[in-house]
Amino acid sequence: MNENGMFGAKGSGDTSGFGGLVNTVANIGSTERPFGGYFDQVADDLERAYPLFSDAIEKVVVDRGELTLFIKRDRLFDVAKILRDQLKFEMCMGVNGVHYPTESGRELHAVYSLISITRNQRIRLEICVSEKDSHLPSLVEIWAGANWHERETYDMFGIIFDNHPGLTRILMPDDWPGHPQRKDYPLGGIDIEYKGATVPAPSQRRSY
Amino acid sequence: MTTFTDPYASSQETTEGRVYSVTGGDWDSLVTEIGATKEERVVLNMGPQHPSTHGVLRLVLELDGETITETRCGIGYLHTGIEKNTEYRNWTQGVTFVTRMDYLSPIFNETAYCLGVEKLLGITNDVTERATVIRVMMMEFNRISSHMVALGTGALELGALSPMIFAFREREKVLDIFEMVSGLRMNMAYVRPGGVAQDLPAGALSKIRQTVKDLRHNFKDNEKLLIGNSIWIKRTQGIGYLDLAGCTTLGITGPVLRSTGLAWDLRKAQPYCGYEDYQFDIPTTDSCDVYGRFLIRMQELEQSLRIIEQCVVKLEKLEGQPVMVADKKIAWPSQLSVGADGMGNSLNHIREIMGESMEALIHHFKLVTEGFRVPAGQVYTAIESPRGELGVHLVSDGGTRPYRVHFRDPSFNNLQSTAAMCEGGQIADVIAAVASIDPVMGGVDR
Repeated sequence: MNENGMFGAKGSGDTSGFGGLVNTVANIGSTERPFGGYFDQVADDLERAYPLFSDAIEKVVVDRGELTLFIKRDRLFDVAKILRDQLKFEMCMGVNGVHYPTESGRELHAVYSLISITRNQRIRLEICVSEKDSHLPSLVEIWAGANWHERETYDMFGIIFDNHPGLTRILMPDDWPGHPQRKDYPLGGIDIEYKGATVPAPSQRRSY
Repeated sequence: MTTFTDPYASSQETTEGRVYSVTGGDWDSLVTEIGATKEERVVLNMGPQHPSTHGVLRLVLELDGETITETRCGIGYLHTGIEKNTEYRNWTQGVTFVTRMDYLSPIFNETAYCLGVEKLLGITNDVTERATVIRVMMMEFNRISSHMVALGTGALELGALSPMIFAFREREKVLDIFEMVSGLRMNMAYVRPGGVAQDLPAGALSKIRQTVKDLRHNFKDNEKLLIGNSIWIKRTQGIGYLDLAGCTTLGITGPVLRSTGLAWDLRKAQPYCGYEDYQFDIPTTDSCDVYGRFLIRMQELEQSLRIIEQCVVKLEKLEGQPVMVADKKIAWPSQLSVGADGMGNSLNHIREIMGESMEALIHHFKLVTEGFRVPAGQVYTAIESPRGELGVHLVSDGGTRPYRVHFRDPSFNNLQSTAAMCEGGQIADVIAAVASIDPVMGGVDR
């Protein structure tokens, strides 16, 4: 974590917003063992139950007391099944997307949150796919509750979940063009005139 | 067929077959007309404006006589793009947006969001105890007001009018507390990253104590009306069955999960906001039906009152403690107070920044217009809302605005169980089953 003064100013100290400040998404590196807490136990159990562990897991990140397993797309279904059946992660709290347009080849991330009632533990799975080939295996067969969450992620990000029983838009109208939560999708909104001055639309306002 | 033609209940031929439009009125003519057709299978479109579907929920029911063979939900009618909007506002402004998602549990939305922001900032342990206790107290009051709507509208939808009158009477008392504390009755934006917007006003604790007493007394009215009531039992017992296996595969949490006998409540299982320091029980039933969920909600009211009483005792001891983190780079600079029209700036603060300290003015201006920076990373925080696990997934790129805000709303997830609860049952039982899930469409569609 960098300390850049009170308002994070760099260089000239211009925080007016006119300096064209560009935020880059920090890529948190992978964590080495020991992970701490119950995370080592989860990793050990998974390694034992799944011989292809080292091949399936791209990296493990422990940040702010939460465990994230980055999983290769091709192995996601197998890992998820083992997590449910052998590691007792009975519930999938859902999936949602995050769009990182600057990470070329890995623009779209799908983030799953799993919970185990037996172990009283939580883990997170993250899978990265490219915008051009945004296919993921559907996990509805493993956790039926992932159904609507996958539909929402498809609707909002355009991630296609293969073998989903009915992958249609869920929140937006069926004929809606585009995927609204992608970063290149405009927020919309119009300038508002108020007492002679103009207040720009939220997406056109200065950001710092 | 009657000779009478109803302009609002007509029929027309489509490629999918004959479509009948009914908006209330004379059902006899419709039944006669449908009875005359050779079609056995009827698809009934309930909603999105049907008063019994809990807001703008659309249910597509395939019927064989009165029996439901297939159920599908149509949602999205209340989608407002709140998650997208928060990406264009600073972290503190986000509270104002997320509070409007599940409009019956605004304090839960705010708290879940703020716990996430605090975790990203790494200031979870810096939040003062007084702020945390106020949050807990407000959450438990909110649980009561939310359960009151669940019970009141649920009963209303099954044809029982009086429980609704009682429930809304009690809810009004809770909303009065919200108004006294935050200045607003709903969508308060009261919980802020780092604490709460303002301290309790003078005399608040005695009013809260009186309200707890009144509520405990008044809850008996609905208990007497409904618990053991044979009509109520006939409409709810054995209806909307969903067992533990169904709940786990569908990711169902909250009263629906606890009606299967599993005492899973995040306040006990994975405590947050210091819930481990409070004495309370997790009510469960093992009937897996609408009646069981109703009983759980009734019993949770008493447990919430118990927690509030313990909060009041704690707050008396913590009198004078700040309600916001000490770090002035995060704490909102103005000291707010409740005015005649809701929350407002305190005059003392305005005097300071306008007349006394230029630096205070600059600091105020920059923090409010730019906001604070949140270190990059992602967190998932979950709390037990009245409807189950309310999860917030926050991603920060290190800037003054959220990179991604996602709410895992329990209503959205739990509504998936409609088909499992309704198929094979009767039309009238759909209403009871949906009411027992207690979906709030603002949270479902966000």
